[in-house]
Amino acid sequence: MIDTEIKVTPQIAAEHGLSPEEYARTKKILGRDPSFTELGIFSVMWSEHCSYKSSRVHLQRLPTRGTHVVQGPGENAGVVDIGDGMVAVFKIESHNHPSFVEPFQGAATGVGGILRDIFTMGARPIAVMDSLRFGPITAGHGAGGATAEEIARNRHILDGVIRGIGFYGNCFGVPTVGGEVVFEACYSNNPLVNALALGICRREELFFAKARGAGNPVIYVGAKTGRDGIHGASLLASAEFSEESQQKRPNVQMGDPFMEKLLLEACLEAMRTGAVVAIQDMGAAGLTSSSSEMASRGGLGIEIDLARVPQRETGMTPYEIMLSESQERMLLVAERGREREVFDVFHKWGLDAVEIGRVTEDGILRVLNHGEVAAAIPAHAIAEEGPRYARTIAAPDAQAVAIGAGPAAVAAGVPLAKSGADLTGNFLRLLASPTIASKRWITEQYDSMVQTNTTFGPGAGDAAVLRLKESKRALALATDGNGRWGFLAPRLGAMHAVAEAARNVACSGARPIAATNCLNFGNPEKPEVMWQFSEAIDGIAEACRVLETPITGGNVSFYNETLGKAIYPTPVLGVLGLMEDAGCALGAGFHSEGDLILVLDGLAQGGGLKAAASSADISSSEYAKTIHGIVAGLPPAIDLAAEKRLIDCLVALAGERAVLSAHDISDGGLAVSVAEACFGRDGLSAEIALEAASPQDFAEAALFGERGARAVVSVAPASLARVNAIAAQYKVGARRVGAVTRAELRIQYEGATVIQGSIESLRRVWSEALPRAIENA
Amino acid sequence: MKFGVVQFPGSNCDADAFHALSAIVRQPVEFIWHQSKDLAGCDAVILPGGFAFGDYLRTGAIARFSPVMRAVERFARGGGLVLGICNGFQILLEAGLLPGAMMRNQGLRFLCRQVHIRVQATDTPFTAAATRGQVLEIPIAHMEGNYFCEAAELAELERNNQIIFRYVRADGGEADASDRGANPNGSLHAIAGICNRERNVLGLMPHPERAAELGLGSADGLVIFRSLVASLAAEARASGVTAAVPA
Repeated sequence: MIDTEIKVTPQIAAEHGLSPEEYARTKKILGRDPSFTELGIFSVMWSEHCSYKSSRVHLQRLPTRGTHVVQGPGENAGVVDIGDGMVAVFKIESHNHPSFVEPFQGAATGVGGILRDIFTMGARPIAVMDSLRFGPITAGHGAGGATAEEIARNRHILDGVIRGIGFYGNCFGVPTVGGEVVFEACYSNNPLVNALALGICRREELFFAKARGAGNPVIYVGAKTGRDGIHGASLLASAEFSEESQQKRPNVQMGDPFMEKLLLEACLEAMRTGAVVAIQDMGAAGLTSSSSEMASRGGLGIEIDLARVPQRETGMTPYEIMLSESQERMLLVAERGREREVFDVFHKWGLDAVEIGRVTEDGILRVLNHGEVAAAIPAHAIAEEGPRYARTIAAPDAQAVAIGAGPAAVAAGVPLAKSGADLTGNFLRLLASPTIASKRWITEQYDSMVQTNTTFGPGAGDAAVLRLKESKRALALATDGNGRWGFLAPRLGAMHAVAEAARNVACSGARPIAATNCLNFGNPEKPEVMWQFSEAIDGIAEACRVLETPITGGNVSFYNETLGKAIYPTPVLGVLGLMEDAGCALGAGFHSEGDLILVLDGLAQGGGLKAAASSADISSSEYAKTIHGIVAGLPPAIDLAAEKRLIDCLVALAGERAVLSAHDISDGGLAVSVAEACFGRDGLSAEIALEAASPQDFAEAALFGERGARAVVSVAPASLARVNAIAAQYKVGARRVGAVTRAELRIQYEGATVIQGSIESLRRVWSEALPRAIENA
Repeated sequence: MKFGVVQFPGSNCDADAFHALSAIVRQPVEFIWHQSKDLAGCDAVILPGGFAFGDYLRTGAIARFSPVMRAVERFARGGGLVLGICNGFQILLEAGLLPGAMMRNQGLRFLCRQVHIRVQATDTPFTAAATRGQVLEIPIAHMEGNYFCEAAELAELERNNQIIFRYVRADGGEADASDRGANPNGSLHAIAGICNRERNVLGLMPHPERAAELGLGSADGLVIFRSLVASLAAEARASGVTAAVPA
């Protein structure tokens, strides 16, 4: 061992985030005291971010198998079969804390990291989506009491994150095709930046991060190693924020998308030579995780000499080199004797490629520095034998309070409008609320079209649709999550997240086939946070089982707390769909004047929930929050079987080209859904007439209620009979509610006009809200 | 007849141009690596979009020094057809094959959206198959597309009819100076594309290769590629060589 290093003491171990028990365990594994470098290695690999120590016992409950699944959780990304010998590789990951500390670089490197997870598996990334959550950027009810200073900072964070995402994806050359942008007060000091990437390749081109062949060379490729990002995974991602968080800026990595583009091309080209045995990107915990995990998966060891690692700073210690999270680096194992082929490819792209070690038989991760041993730890112990905790779980008392008797809306005190009152003013405020307003100002800053596969980009449909040049097929992708509902009822909220993402995919005409999840929660050491987490897992598991979308990967982000205040529990689901014929893809916007507007409802014929359920569930809605500042009650009840019926029905309708558009009913309810469908094409509007679904129903519930299992579709008059027949076949209600017009938007409830306005004025409010909030601030 | 698509290390629309030419226009295409000293006998060369060398400095500032650019310059001076799209346009400006410079978009933000451009002249090999005044719906995706040149240069461009594409409203009407909707990046005189005096080198900011299939929103960009094919075929006929009939 190097004896010039700092001597490890229990206090130093504690400063590294290791508990006394964990520290004792490192000593037991080694049979001696760890060296300083070894302590660093244990601390990052056993951090919450890398080891999943608090979540693993729960994650086991998620369904991970299905007919399409080729590779479930455990690799760099999930893999599903999409036919014609092709596979899709996809995963979502968080970069929340770095994005708060340094919004631009935090978001940029979040995108960079997830892209590497995809191409390290041999797939070329074809799309990125971002699920973003910020604190309020405008004053008013929706702001939840945020101060002017907070609002200004939230705008700054939003702007940095958007620029960072664009900076990275645009240069790298992957289209950013959509996602979500949501605003809630709880994200003020803890924004969520979840990036999803999707890639494709032929099945035989897949690569795995599993070392093989003792004696094979271990090769370092890509950018040089610097001191940036040291302890990004452990100190930044695995601890809550305090007032000193800004001092953590040096823990954030710097992104270089041009370097990543070179790395992508060079890696894919090197893989095609056949000389590469295994490869893994250096993401969180950099060289440490890539070397130990590849060795562990192969049941082998790896020996590396840090003196050979390309470095961009002088005097770096073994500790710093092992823990650096410098971006755009990969570690690969090549076949002995064929190194030259690998080097040649990387040199063609102007990249470093250096043999830094070899695969060994002894199962040890041995780190040398100029020949001296800096660390020697069983690889399996670092990668797989980390601590696992079944942390204490306790439901918070407040949860019981929120559940009132009788109609939740009344219990929560949502003041209802008088029967027949004009709701146009409220509707306009809803359209202008940042969560509902058009995101075009944001998505235009992303290249959404490069690679020329984007059939439906941001805002065009409920899901993004990407045609496959290799076949007739197309893929659809959507992300969804509802933190407010997660807060009010974690299990139900999680089910809704799965259902909405799957429903969005189905609205585009694709069959949902698999999912990835990003689980954003507070401090897992708090029993009520762990309760939220456990509940959410059960909700996701149940919904994924019924909707046949197994979880193929993702990540868990705990410690989303600042000054002891946790975010809403926010599971974000990314659902992938497959469409047999790209020509059947459906947009959300109406087509032509005279088309009929129908509401498809998975519940209307199936029973299960009471049909009147819609009326009670407005107190947890975007409407209640925006108009009345109320976040209470319970999310709408969910009937997963009804969701499944609707999904199957939508896929069948699209496959037969029986409907012209489909848009689900979610945030803002039916009224917002109809308006958005009008905004798709210049000049189109709608005339809608609604009736009470039950005696308890009221106008706000009918217009703005967010109960699931529903979608607005438009149909050419000649296709109406066929659509009704298909809906009946799937036991889905198809209620005709109006027609596409070229006049004012008019919505009637029980014969009284409750919303009326020119579509142009509505569109202006909806489309100008975001740029106005940010650029004219 | 063979098209060459130049690949700089950070080109990212190279494969898209290749796809449009080979799969849609159905012409032979070849990639040309930036280190190459020749153009592999190609009859027309495309400098595609992307971030040639990361463009952290100034777009195209490093790319112009690539070995392949010597070959492109020779080819252009000899009358060869060169089409620069987006970053390719920026590189042509830096290389001095076209006059003027690009500034950051007026809003100082990257912009990706469908725009409308009007064909100002059809007496070029790039627009011969279009009609004068034809409005094309083609997307842009750039941070630096705010074209600028000195007044004297602008007068020269106007006089020689070198402004080939202008940003316009959807109905083909002029985009006035304040109309960021129609002239999204604030380009001087709403310039979207120009050619050199000899009319064999053209650069434009919109991406015709992204508007080559109706399923992706628009096929209006095809007219540029088809013009090129027709021009090359005519040239080949004139020189007595038989050429493939354009698809």
